Amino acid sequence: MTTMTEKTKVEIIIDDVAYQVNADSNLLQECLSLGLDLPYFCWHPCMGSVGACRQCAVKQYRNEEDQDGLLTMACMTPVQPGARISIADPQAVDFRAGVIESLMISHPHDCPVCEEGGECHLQDMTLMSGHNYRRYDKKKVTHRNQYLGPFINHEMNRCITCYRCVRFYSEYAGGVDLAAQAAHHHTYFGRHEEGALESEFSGNLVEVCPTGVFTDKIFSERYSRKWDLQTAPSICTGCGVGCNTAPGERYGELRRIVNRYHSELNGYFICDRGRFGTGYVNHAERLQQPQDAEGKTLDAETAAARLREIAGKAIAIGSPRAGNEANHALRKLVGEANFHGGFSAAEQACMDEIVAFAGDPAFHNPSIREIEQADAVLVLGEDVTNTAPRIALALRQSVRNRAYELADSARIPHWQDAAVREIAQHERSPLYLFATGATRLDDVAEASVIDTPSGLARQAFALAHRIHADAPAASGDGGGNAAQLDQIAEQLAAAKRPLIVAGAGNGQVELIRAAGNIARALHKRRGNGERKPLDLCLLTGEVNSMGLHLLIRPENSLEAALEKLASGEAENLIVLENDLYRRAPHARVDAALNTARTTVALDLLPNRTTAKADLVLPVTAFSEQQATYVNYEGRAQLAWQVHRNHSAARPAWQWTGEFAHFREALHDCAVSAPAMARLVEVLPDTSHLPGGGKLPRQPERYSGRTAMKANLNVHEPKQAQDPDSALAFSMEGVPARRDATLLASPWAPQWNSNQSISKFQDEINGPLRQGHGGALLLERGAGGGFHPVPEADEATGIELTPARQIFGSEELSARSEAIRKRMSDAYVAISPGIAAGHGLTHGAAVSVRGEDASITVLACVRGSMPSGVAALHASDREIDFHGLGARVSLAPAAGDAAVALDRGLGELIVSDLAQGS
Amino acid sequence: MNTEENQLIASTTVAADYLRETEIAEIEHERTLYPDARAVGLEALKIVQKHRGWVSDESLRAVAEYLRLPIAELEGVATFFNLIYRRPVGRNVILYCNSVSCWIMGCEQVKDKIAGELGIDFGETTTDGNFTLIPVPCLGDCDRAPVMMVGPDQHRNLDRADLGAIFAQYRKGKE
Repeated sequence: MTTMTEKTKVEIIIDDVAYQVNADSNLLQECLSLGLDLPYFCWHPCMGSVGACRQCAVKQYRNEEDQDGLLTMACMTPVQPGARISIADPQAVDFRAGVIESLMISHPHDCPVCEEGGECHLQDMTLMSGHNYRRYDKKKVTHRNQYLGPFINHEMNRCITCYRCVRFYSEYAGGVDLAAQAAHHHTYFGRHEEGALESEFSGNLVEVCPTGVFTDKIFSERYSRKWDLQTAPSICTGCGVGCNTAPGERYGELRRIVNRYHSELNGYFICDRGRFGTGYVNHAERLQQPQDAEGKTLDAETAAARLREIAGKAIAIGSPRAGNEANHALRKLVGEANFHGGFSAAEQACMDEIVAFAGDPAFHNPSIREIEQADAVLVLGEDVTNTAPRIALALRQSVRNRAYELADSARIPHWQDAAVREIAQHERSPLYLFATGATRLDDVAEASVIDTPSGLARQAFALAHRIHADAPAASGDGGGNAAQLDQIAEQLAAAKRPLIVAGAGNGQVELIRAAGNIARALHKRRGNGERKPLDLCLLTGEVNSMGLHLLIRPENSLEAALEKLASGEAENLIVLENDLYRRAPHARVDAALNTARTTVALDLLPNRTTAKADLVLPVTAFSEQQATYVNYEGRAQLAWQVHRNHSAARPAWQWTGEFAHFREALHDCAVSAPAMARLVEVLPDTSHLPGGGKLPRQPERYSGRTAMKANLNVHEPKQAQDPDSALAFSMEGVPARRDATLLASPWAPQWNSNQSISKFQDEINGPLRQGHGGALLLERGAGGGFHPVPEADEATGIELTPARQIFGSEELSARSEAIRKRMSDAYVAISPGIAAGHGLTHGAAVSVRGEDASITVLACVRGSMPSGVAALHASDREIDFHGLGARVSLAPAAGDAAVALDRGLGELIVSDLAQGS
Repeated sequence: MNTEENQLIASTTVAADYLRETEIAEIEHERTLYPDARAVGLEALKIVQKHRGWVSDESLRAVAEYLRLPIAELEGVATFFNLIYRRPVGRNVILYCNSVSCWIMGCEQVKDKIAGELGIDFGETTTDGNFTLIPVPCLGDCDRAPVMMVGPDQHRNLDRADLGAIFAQYRKGKE
């Protein structure tokens, strides 16, 4: 919740045993940090205390002589040096039993049919508190449930009114459409009417709710108990943040994703793309067998031999959505000189700049935990909620640092959640947004600067100059409001820990350079007294954009690869997990693929590139393979294989035949790419494992092992072997009971729910006992200088920029059934002025014409947008975005064109849809 | 700082019922008395109810949009208070105390008489739309229990009162 540094320890006595605990904490948090079992409901490690449920009562004694003591709520009682308390005191035990009995009065007896059963905090606490017989024999309160959209089930009868759901959903995540209704015994947590929950973080309700009011609807449709799921520690592949997740598998299907604690990154929460966007792994169209151009199936050996055969005269295009080992194996197969990045031209330019800044000692790329500590933030052009949602949630916490300051001045401890919110009222640390329209962070922003992307860049350069005179000036303040720029400059300069955020999401390299200038200007202005690097968070687009960039030579762009093919300089092409039509103008991709003698595509789902390939090799999905990915910070993380793929699909590094084992691929990657040298640090230390043994992926209670394939063969098959990791596809062996970096499904005696994670942490909200996951790869080298202000663009026409959506912009999650239910169709967002000028109305089909392409999408008229910009969202339509060029013209499309775009715009959640829409 | 106007992050704006000028004037007056729009929410609901008898879904939406408050939050306020009516009520609302003092003084028997007289139970409205009967915990008049309110008027010592006559005056005179 707040800073973790330099904690003062004091001694307190709990049940006659002396402990050292943190002085600025409360008794509940410290009891849990010590590993003691004290039941609770309303308290949450990330949301502090409100004292609502009364479940954590303990006895506190005034002094050594006091024999009677007083009952007190542990979560609301500050730690005092020398305090003497008792958890085991009979009165406290009795009180807690009474509280749970009253909380349980209307709770249904439906555990056997409840999705929470077996990992339910309420079950755990009920048992822990000793309430095992219901005396209440009156009528229970019952409720009507609501339809809350495709992600979340609602079963209000199970509610125990702890208020955690609304505290997370509205106070922590800023959602506005879930609230406590009514009062007393008929308190109800729901929307004002039925409808999909709007927050991008709604899925966390499943884990925040201590019982089964909010459950995972996707999981519910193909349900298994927690103990029947095979799991392993994994990494979310939905964006460049790299949140830690725990996928669960049963019967060969990926059933669900839950959060996996990481103290520096995602903590306890992930976004809905990450949680609900992996259905593509179970897609019916998954590529299963190697195929030639005619669609004829080849056997694996023949296919692998053909790949190696053509590799000698081939160039390869890597993938930002594939792991380092896959990219490196391909790089090794064709040689470094022939290995190209798979980025679009705009993204490549952004990535070049991002990686250059990552080596600059003036800057620090902050973790999510560090982002939360920023006391003044500037977001430049990046629509963070849609490109890196978990970062948006962190920025929302950063604005609360002003509240903590006010709390400090009133001597209110930070964990006193309601009191801190009360004293802060509307006071927030400044957050400024440079955007092309309204965003989902506007409600916590001090102000937004709205302009076209090039206009935003000019204003940002002007802002840098206002912060420090050494930064080059933009003429006429870049067209911005001088007073506003001054105010932003002042607030950023006055902050203790300012943060600048930009990213590759909108493909505007000048915005990244401007972000660099602003950060450098702030760093210079701090003077020689404080040379601490300045927080510059530059977001990368995909799970391994950073890793891929570290493996390619600067000149080896995708554009260069297409050029080599079209000119005949290269004969064959190997494409790794990449649909080139998403990355480059279609005409140029066509030209390259038509000229290439042989094209081999390795991918997991069919796409436009695999359709044109002469040989398609099926690869495993993220949960079916082991891989390392490098996130926006340059943090390499290991995603373990969770389950097996039963088709001919293999990890791409296996297809190349360069390496026999995963570790070989990883080690070779670390050795042969200088920036990857520390990659080996992500491998776990398995020296402490008993007998050098294997750890089970399946819990001890995993059921049906001998029966689950009995319909095929009554003989129990041999357990599959995993030669590549310390984990086994089995329930046998000693589970990693103390190590949550190896155990994805935390469990402790009496703690079956995810709340058991506290048993694996150093202390509450601290690192896991085995340390942070991952290794920070990037070394800071020589410093850079200010970038020049770009020349003003004289071109006319409407500026084209991509519009990102959490549901729909990421290629693979957009092929997941659940996500598709929340996707809008392809649209171009424009201002009401442009719409009127072109005779366009909201929802009508519009023809967008550019340099080398013309496409038809829906018009989305947004009141906050400036004129002169068109923000294009491709959704899952095959749109030639890159063929359009930098400027476009618009015209109404034929009347029936909108019919084909049948997803419509209803799923869009933006605040500025023009009136009458 | 955005103290004056709350910003919504979501697209909850759907064309809503409109507020009448008199309602807006009264809400604007309340706004001058409170630091922010959120605090005005309850008063605005009371104003709408005063003019329309109850708060419909459409009215709730109109107030939420006018004050730029999340509608779910305003619904939380509306449903928290028993005296904000989220369903239509009769022209006269009977608030009938069934708390301790009134119970000792025989409010249950009196309530049976009222139910007989009007043909309705708690939470119901007479078919002619004249009365709605609602229980309340206390009306602060325990020394003259049992008590009830009909509209703005307090009626005391109901065990000795002529209920028929009381209701008759609301049926006829005060419509």
